[in-house]
Amino acid sequence: MSQGRSGAEQRLVTPGMAIGPLSGMRVGSGAIIHNDEIIATKLGWVREFNGTISVDPINSPYLPRSGDLVIATVAEVRNNLWFMNINGSFQGLLPMSLAPWKVEFGHARQHMDIGDSALARVQEVDECHNVVLTMKGVGLRRLSQGAVVEVPVNHLDRIRGLNNSNLDRMKDVSDCRIIVGENGRVWIDGSEQGISWAREALNIAKKHGHKTDFDKLMSQHESNYVNKGDA
Amino acid sequence: MGGYGDIQLLREDGLRLDGRKLDESRPVTIQAGILPAADGSAMVTHGLNVAVAAVYGPMEAHPRKIQRQDRAVIDVRYNMAPFSTSDRIRPGFNRRSREISKVTAEALESVVLVERYPRSKIRVEIEILAAEAGTRCAGITAASVALADAGIPMRDMIVGVASGKIEDTVVLDLDKAEDNYGQADLPAGILPNTGEIAFLQMDGDLSPEEFDLAMEYNFKAAKEIHEIMVEALQSRYQGGDK
Repeated sequence: MSQGRSGAEQRLVTPGMAIGPLSGMRVGSGAIIHNDEIIATKLGWVREFNGTISVDPINSPYLPRSGDLVIATVAEVRNNLWFMNINGSFQGLLPMSLAPWKVEFGHARQHMDIGDSALARVQEVDECHNVVLTMKGVGLRRLSQGAVVEVPVNHLDRIRGLNNSNLDRMKDVSDCRIIVGENGRVWIDGSEQGISWAREALNIAKKHGHKTDFDKLMSQHESNYVNKGDA
Repeated sequence: MGGYGDIQLLREDGLRLDGRKLDESRPVTIQAGILPAADGSAMVTHGLNVAVAAVYGPMEAHPRKIQRQDRAVIDVRYNMAPFSTSDRIRPGFNRRSREISKVTAEALESVVLVERYPRSKIRVEIEILAAEAGTRCAGITAASVALADAGIPMRDMIVGVASGKIEDTVVLDLDKAEDNYGQADLPAGILPNTGEIAFLQMDGDLSPEEFDLAMEYNFKAAKEIHEIMVEALQSRYQGGDK
């Protein structure tokens, strides 16, 4: 998240705090205009980029957007659709017409049952937060192996790193397949040892993802594993 | 609140029984993020009051009849623990807790950007672990910090403060004896950055001049407590300079 910042000032603000005058600035996410001043609406870091001032929240719930790749879990099954838990305020709906299989009416449970995880994409979100998911697309499938770890949504950028550098490093070190869902769920698949290391790395991200020394902690965790492997 | 003539609440040196000045608040400490299971949480100690607030959501509002198509609803549950006072309180909802839950929800709805989450519910649980007058104010302050900790967008945080009248003198932040034997109580929910009032209640009688002075004390206390709230939230993420 550090990319794109201008200036050295990085302020942690709380809701209601004035973060700057309105003059010449556009208001981004996490901020509103009040009495010609820009006010933070969330607890987070002030970011100024390209004339837009916004707040990167430290905590925030997942708000689905069309096109998001998500790791969903089946919460309910009906004759012709699945209700999927996408780690958001509302469940996502996966109709059988958007499933990757030919599903007959009443046989949805044979393909995915309650508790199963799947890689899906958000097809549509309406103004009332109704979410429609699709599993038609390259790579979208039921996840029948591996582990799913939940991380804070706002730490995903740090987990990925600049141009996915952190994520690629995690994949290399753990020798695991790792998929990061936009909904704060990460799927890891590989050797038991690799999964365990990646899980620990994600726990570090969970606890220290907002800190300056996050990269240092990750490097430490990485070198511990590499040294252990050498021994 | 009618006043008890034979009970002395002010000392001869002009200070209150616990040694505070007229415009002095009881000590306040705030800790954010104390409950790992909640999306946001906070604990406030205000004098001998201890209030814990937990925030869950936004989540789909159930039952469906409470859903609002254009905004979220805030569901507040204020409860005093049976052991919070010297006399055991019967567990469960009562008339007082329902009233406080309602006024707290209405106060919070005025600051939370509820229109961002249509059909949703934001659950706020306030538990009073120890009570010594002013629990609704401690509860509102705790709820406000917990909402900020949960990342719920708000246009300001609410600070719960109270002033009152004892022995015909306006004082800030009544303690138990002052609340029981005083003449008036004026709890308020103040938005410290904008100076707006999110809720205001009055028990007893105050003249317009006394009311103005009480509100002046409330605004002063709100500024002080707000600084502690900000510090609590910022210290939770110390070293978090990205």
